[in-house]
Amino acid sequence: MRAVITVIGKDMVGILAKVSTTCAEANANVIEVTQSVLQEFFAMVMLIDMAKMDCELAELQEKLKQNVDGMTIHVMHEDIFNSMHRI
Amino acid sequence: MLNMTDIMETITMIQEENLDIRTITMGISLLDCCDGNPETSCEKIYKKIYGCARDLVKTGDGIEQKYGIPIINKRISVTPMAILAGASGGDPLRYAQVLDRVAGDVGVNFIGGFSALVHKGFSPGDRALIRCIPEALAATERVCASVNVGSTKSGINMDAVALMGAMIRQAAERTADRQCIGAAKLVVFCNAPEDNPFMAGAFHGPGEPDCVINVGVSGPGVVRAALKKAGPDCDLTAVAEIIKKTAFKITRMGQMVGNEASAKLGVPFGIVDLSLAPTPAIGDSVAYILEEIGLDVCGAHGTTAALALLNDAVKKGGVMASSSVGGLSGAFIPVSEDAGMIAAARSGALTVEKLEAMTAVCSVGLDMIVVPGDTPADVRAAIIADEAANGMNTGKTTAVRIIPAIGKDVGDELEFGGLLGSGPVMRLNTASPSKMIRRGGRIPAPVQSLRN
Repeated sequence: MRAVITVIGKDMVGILAKVSTTCAEANANVIEVTQSVLQEFFAMVMLIDMAKMDCELAELQEKLKQNVDGMTIHVMHEDIFNSMHRI
Repeated sequence: MLNMTDIMETITMIQEENLDIRTITMGISLLDCCDGNPETSCEKIYKKIYGCARDLVKTGDGIEQKYGIPIINKRISVTPMAILAGASGGDPLRYAQVLDRVAGDVGVNFIGGFSALVHKGFSPGDRALIRCIPEALAATERVCASVNVGSTKSGINMDAVALMGAMIRQAAERTADRQCIGAAKLVVFCNAPEDNPFMAGAFHGPGEPDCVINVGVSGPGVVRAALKKAGPDCDLTAVAEIIKKTAFKITRMGQMVGNEASAKLGVPFGIVDLSLAPTPAIGDSVAYILEEIGLDVCGAHGTTAALALLNDAVKKGGVMASSSVGGLSGAFIPVSEDAGMIAAARSGALTVEKLEAMTAVCSVGLDMIVVPGDTPADVRAAIIADEAANGMNTGKTTAVRIIPAIGKDVGDELEFGGLLGSGPVMRLNTASPSKMIRRGGRIPAPVQSLRN
């Protein structure tokens, strides 16, 4: 059971730190992170394992939105990407 | 492993291009709710629907949160009520009211199936129900009605066509103070599918299982964006290829959501309906796809060809993505629910005659078209007859959902709000078809019905 967190917005210090701290607090294990900064635009995709996570996905998304202000954040189960992009 | 491009593509589709699951519709058979006493029958109906669908909205919301994909509507379709009202007796209105009440209690926004299948003739229950439709649609909020008046196998029941010409006007009249909304909840079909998840024409056919989950996806905005990205230089074979690939992705998502909903609710999965369903939101329009393919405005010559290409490519992409495709499965062209269609109709580029030609190559029919309130009943009946003939001879589903704007004429508009949108009153050819309509009887099934 894995989920994908995406964070998009204006670059600033500490985005990755805040996201991973929130994941750690929810007991979600970070498996992979891809991040890029193009000019001032920040984009990050993080894959987490939620086998031992102690809250629902919607709750995690809510916490992330609170902790990382001003960024567009999505938390989605990985199956939606697998079904759309893999045969 | 997932790559960033794929992930960002999905998120852009959802966030910027209006990709969503348009509806999860639970089909429920009410055949076991027959009873000698109409009141007892209504009680059984309430219990059966409530029992099956009480977790539908909650489950839909849960899936929406888990995958981050909006699920716009949760709905219910039931056994054509004429069958039940015919068997249990009593005033059909009572059945409409119980459907409305239970729909409200489980939290769905529409319940379809106040329907009659009369393509070969009427039973007394059918006739009573059809005559009750205008009153039922005015007295309820969530109930949708449909009548199947023809099929490729059986021909067209022209008595039913004439009757529906009158009923549509009554449905609009009774709701004249609410933008004639009654007529927007009434569909007249030829070749009606039994597993359609889309309103207002959804009903749960007699050949369906006891309870089933059907899913309708959407995504005109995604298709348009993909074409825009490819630019004006690719030829039409390439255009078809792009649409196919996009439809595949959209449908895969629908299939996944359908499977998940069916597993969570413990109900078999029925079908994914491949229809491209527009909304009045800017960027969620089928007309804009046609314009992106290369028409100045939807309704121009070339529209039918572009739509044929679009419709076929959507099916080819979708059919590989789902193990079970059904319902209407085509591009919808409802005028009032599509920003591009509304604009084209206002400008006069899109006419009812052109829409009729378009319905020969796509799903579904003359849909959400506002017509002058004083149109004679025989003209409305003749519009239904033409559209049913289109469906009968092509073997496809066609439908008519026209809204007579009471007290209004060409140049005026009706505002339904929400997903139903708004529409300009469109000009009709009112040369009289009365003599033909009054002949009644049945248009015999065409030779293509003899396939055995």
